[in-house]
Amino acid sequence: MGFWDTVRGRSTPPKANLDSLFLIPSAAITLQTAAGLNPTGLGAVCFRAAEGSAFAQTTTDVIELLDSDEYGAPVEQTTDRFGFTWLISRQDDLSVLCTDLHAINTTLEDQGFGGGLLCSVVPFQAADGRKVGLVYLYKQGTFYPFAPTGNEARDNMLELQVRDHLAAELPMEQQLTRWLAVWGAPGL
Amino acid sequence: MAHSRFIRDTGLTVRMTAVMFILGALFVGLIVTLMVAFKQAAVLIGLVGIGIALYQWYNSDKVAMRAMRAREVSPEEAPELHGMIDRLCALADMPKPRVGIADTDLPNAFATGRSPERAVVCVTTGILKRLNADELEGVLAHELSHVAHRDVLVMTVASSAGIVAGMLTQSAQYGGLHMVGRRSNNNAVPAYLLVLVVSLVVYAISFIALRLLSRYRELCADRSGAYLTQKPAALGSALQKISGEMAAIPNRDLRDAQRMNAFFIAPAISGATLKTLTSTHPSLEQRLDQLAKIAAELGRPMG
Repeated sequence: MGFWDTVRGRSTPPKANLDSLFLIPSAAITLQTAAGLNPTGLGAVCFRAAEGSAFAQTTTDVIELLDSDEYGAPVEQTTDRFGFTWLISRQDDLSVLCTDLHAINTTLEDQGFGGGLLCSVVPFQAADGRKVGLVYLYKQGTFYPFAPTGNEARDNMLELQVRDHLAAELPMEQQLTRWLAVWGAPGL
Repeated sequence: MAHSRFIRDTGLTVRMTAVMFILGALFVGLIVTLMVAFKQAAVLIGLVGIGIALYQWYNSDKVAMRAMRAREVSPEEAPELHGMIDRLCALADMPKPRVGIADTDLPNAFATGRSPERAVVCVTTGILKRLNADELEGVLAHELSHVAHRDVLVMTVASSAGIVAGMLTQSAQYGGLHMVGRRSNNNAVPAYLLVLVVSLVVYAISFIALRLLSRYRELCADRSGAYLTQKPAALGSALQKISGEMAAIPNRDLRDAQRMNAFFIAPAISGATLKTLTSTHPSLEQRLDQLAKIAAELGRPMG
């Protein structure tokens, strides 16, 4: 918020920053070799659905677009308890998955709903069953790890390890206060 | 190229900037009058006025929390409320404020604090009881917009002229001006009268202008809040619920809350003379009207 925004009482919604999503496939290889975390073949985009028919139409269009190719399972749509919508894509090939996530985001942005984008999550799983989600925060353009352990608790040690593994490859979120918990995210 | 549905609201911006300009001009005019009357002492009086205003601003979070008997709650105590604010802050890309709950049945919410980093968002138990999750989120987004717009700072600076004028009129009662005047020059009595009249006029104008500004800032916060949650209708229904309830609250509670009115989401006063001129909040019709326009904008198909 600059001085003029303050004077005018206007908060311009921050722009989403999408390009870093394509860095995920190479980061996944690092996670696999260094930490034994494997992609689960699932990825999800979390956003706030706007009221009105324009948004409903946009969502339908993007789901149709993603389902029109021959790969993977149909895109799934759920709503969480905070009233945010998740679009879940299932693709075994991580680069196809990232293209899907990117397509969802650009479509919403082109229709003027970029302000409603919250985050994208790509979950990873270790052989011992521990799960960690790689969360992409649009408004910051940064990634952070989120490792829920059952009853609304987080495995902070694992999260910090993942951050250190990926520090060279992804723009990781430096401020720990922004490591928002996304309880009940698909695949976690 | 990405489009934005965040439409310009030029009329509101122009009116609001004009009011802020008037308030600034009042302050300058008052100080110039004082300078003519008292020479150097005027600068001191002006500085004291700004000093008082800034002191209020600096301590706004503590004062407001104490006045409302609110206590800060941790994420463990109020997980749902914290979770909601977490998400809204991530969506708006702003630092998370502290969260408070006031134990009163008056359905209301307020935000205060000297900067977005030091802000507090506080809700009453009454509002938690009456609103559903969507509506509460609309209210929180409205309060977070106040924080993002730095409304506490804006209103504080805007009130400087009123504070100085109020100070002068009050000190006139105790002959304070008379003493300052005598020290500065010999014809103290005309200067004293001039200053008294000017301060009274400045006080009256800034009283009206401040409330006008307050109403404009509320409309701005409604607007930004609706765009943040993308659900203008939810905020609209929350406002209807709260304003409807307001009239039914017994007067004892209203008096308790009076000092805090400027930062409330809906004012805790029902029915008053000169209401349109002196209320700190726009009318419910005006607010709903604006929200309906935003809803229409969100539903508009794009290429």
